[in-house]
Amino acid sequence: MIRHHLFWPVAALALLIVLNAVVNPAFLELRMQDGRLYGGVVDILRNGAPTLLIAVGMTLVIATRGIDLSVGAVAAISGAFACTWIAAGGHAFTAMTLALGLCVLLGLWNGFLVSVLGIQPIIATLVLMTAGRGGAMLITEGQIITINDPLYRQIGAGFLVLPIAILISLGVLLLVGALTRGTALGMLVEAVGTNPRASRLAGVRSRTIVWTVYVFAGLCAGVAGLMISSNVSAADANNAGLWIEMDAILAVVIGGTSLAGGRYSLTGTMVGALVIQTLTTTVYNVGVAPNAILVFKALVVIAVCLLQSPHSARLFGPRRRAASAPHRSEEVTAA
Amino acid sequence: MNVLDVTRARERIERLPQRFLPVIATFVVFVLTFGTGSVLYDGFASPQILTNLFVDNAFLIVLAVGMTFVILTGGIDLSVGAVAALSTMIAAATLQAGWPPLLSVLAVLVAGTALGLLMGLVIHFFDVQPFIVTLAGMFLARGLCLLISVESISITDPAFRTVATGTITLAEGVTLTYSVLIALAVVLAAVYVLHLTRFGRTVYAVGGSATSARLMGLPTGRVRVGVYAVSGFCSALGGLLFSLYMLSGYGLHGVGMELDVIAAVVIGGTLLTGGVGYVAGSVLGVLVLGTVQTLISFEGSLSSWWTRIVIGVLLLAFIMFQRLIVRRTE
Repeated sequence: MIRHHLFWPVAALALLIVLNAVVNPAFLELRMQDGRLYGGVVDILRNGAPTLLIAVGMTLVIATRGIDLSVGAVAAISGAFACTWIAAGGHAFTAMTLALGLCVLLGLWNGFLVSVLGIQPIIATLVLMTAGRGGAMLITEGQIITINDPLYRQIGAGFLVLPIAILISLGVLLLVGALTRGTALGMLVEAVGTNPRASRLAGVRSRTIVWTVYVFAGLCAGVAGLMISSNVSAADANNAGLWIEMDAILAVVIGGTSLAGGRYSLTGTMVGALVIQTLTTTVYNVGVAPNAILVFKALVVIAVCLLQSPHSARLFGPRRRAASAPHRSEEVTAA
Repeated sequence: MNVLDVTRARERIERLPQRFLPVIATFVVFVLTFGTGSVLYDGFASPQILTNLFVDNAFLIVLAVGMTFVILTGGIDLSVGAVAALSTMIAAATLQAGWPPLLSVLAVLVAGTALGLLMGLVIHFFDVQPFIVTLAGMFLARGLCLLISVESISITDPAFRTVATGTITLAEGVTLTYSVLIALAVVLAAVYVLHLTRFGRTVYAVGGSATSARLMGLPTGRVRVGVYAVSGFCSALGGLLFSLYMLSGYGLHGVGMELDVIAAVVIGGTLLTGGVGYVAGSVLGVLVLGTVQTLISFEGSLSSWWTRIVIGVLLLAFIMFQRLIVRRTE
């Protein structure tokens, strides 16, 4: 059981929940009120929904040996656009559709840079990460746009027994799971991540696949951006989705998806996102200064990376052998 | 001199422009942006504006030098902004506690180098991607800042203030700060190390092909760890210069600075795949960024977030340009 790739993340999650329950016995309580479920666990689900959604998109990108650093900026743009549109008197539905359309365009742009021009993913998405937040500021003209729209508020703060945000995230997760694991798509994504060149020679349309995962990551980031801004009924171009790309990448890595590409686990990503969010909540709950949370996250990442590295895999016996990190020079010649 | 030497010498002369093409392109962009400013605004083309580019970006130059080492080996260091912030914090906190300034400076440099060294060791010995390790380093450094203090701590030490406010007059009305001299010294030291020492040549070799370098018997491990220590040291020194510039220590200093640094290095013509690039290019890259910032502040009507958009566009243009060059040489 110890050798299962989800053992450590699930153990960590269980440990965190137990810790919370010990410190604050009310943590595990659930109560129904007006047909809505409330409680500490539900809060974690609700606050973790945007991270989970972005992490699902990120999982597929990382599986193709890529990375998308621009998701936070895309989320900010999405929220900024939707709120500005509603504030100008537009309908919430049109606002959301247009904002998501915009995010698909941004995803197309990232995918174009990576798959067609063959630019390293870190750098290609860095462009949008740098310029994107500036773009979001441009949309909101530097203001924090506050709105009051009941329909728009639903997506981030609404309830359908459970918070609507987490239902959306889980829905997307299940859909992606069914699409990639129920068909050959998942295997093709992994093939592209293992060796783009070999898979192309084998007849896999690696360019289309890589392009698609970036578009999908952009779309996920867009929906997450709507959730974030809808939850507070405001668009803050500077702070919305700040560092969320880091949280999403952490969630994916904790879940056992290899950053070297070629292997991914959506269940792992879900557990990873929950670990990240529970960790945040725990730090608040236990009464550690909230400032320490970054140190905690850093230690968790380092621990997980060390556990996953090929070196320690050898130490701890024949766990699934992680693929060794590719050299950059190889990556480029292969691209 | 035999025939072979002659052809080799000729080849070298012919290859020279190709090799320096990215740096020359950066220089052209710098001249163009600065020229645009001079044409559009009165008083832009003054020597003081030019020296101000160095004064305002001395810390960025130092950070870019460290990043150049890392990127030359094909790695990346996302922790530079956070380590710089940590340095301002350590400096401010130790000075507040009454440490002598020199001891405080030493503590900052040791802390930064140690953090860099640690990341390098993890990257090398555990074979984890530099991207994720330095990301963790970034969290760690920012977290440590907040553990020291959430508030900004101002620096009141007289010695620090003297160095910070002291100026050197180059000519009538043209002044420099001591930070600029330190930054230029770092640049010269980096050029020496990269081109005239065994460590520097190995940096290029590892970036060209780590496997070949290892098969040649070069100490690749030492270099891969070493560049992160160099980058950590440069981040700490850059942070010190930044604390001189701001006269305060704050955990949120330099958020997003790593992007500016990476952008400067890329705009300066260093290939992200490693093995190709010059420190001089990175300095030019910083100057281009500085000029864009000055242009936007001169314009006045444009908001400061245009800076980020312009930097993004420049970054993109130079990446495309690099792709073209790489394709052609392939």
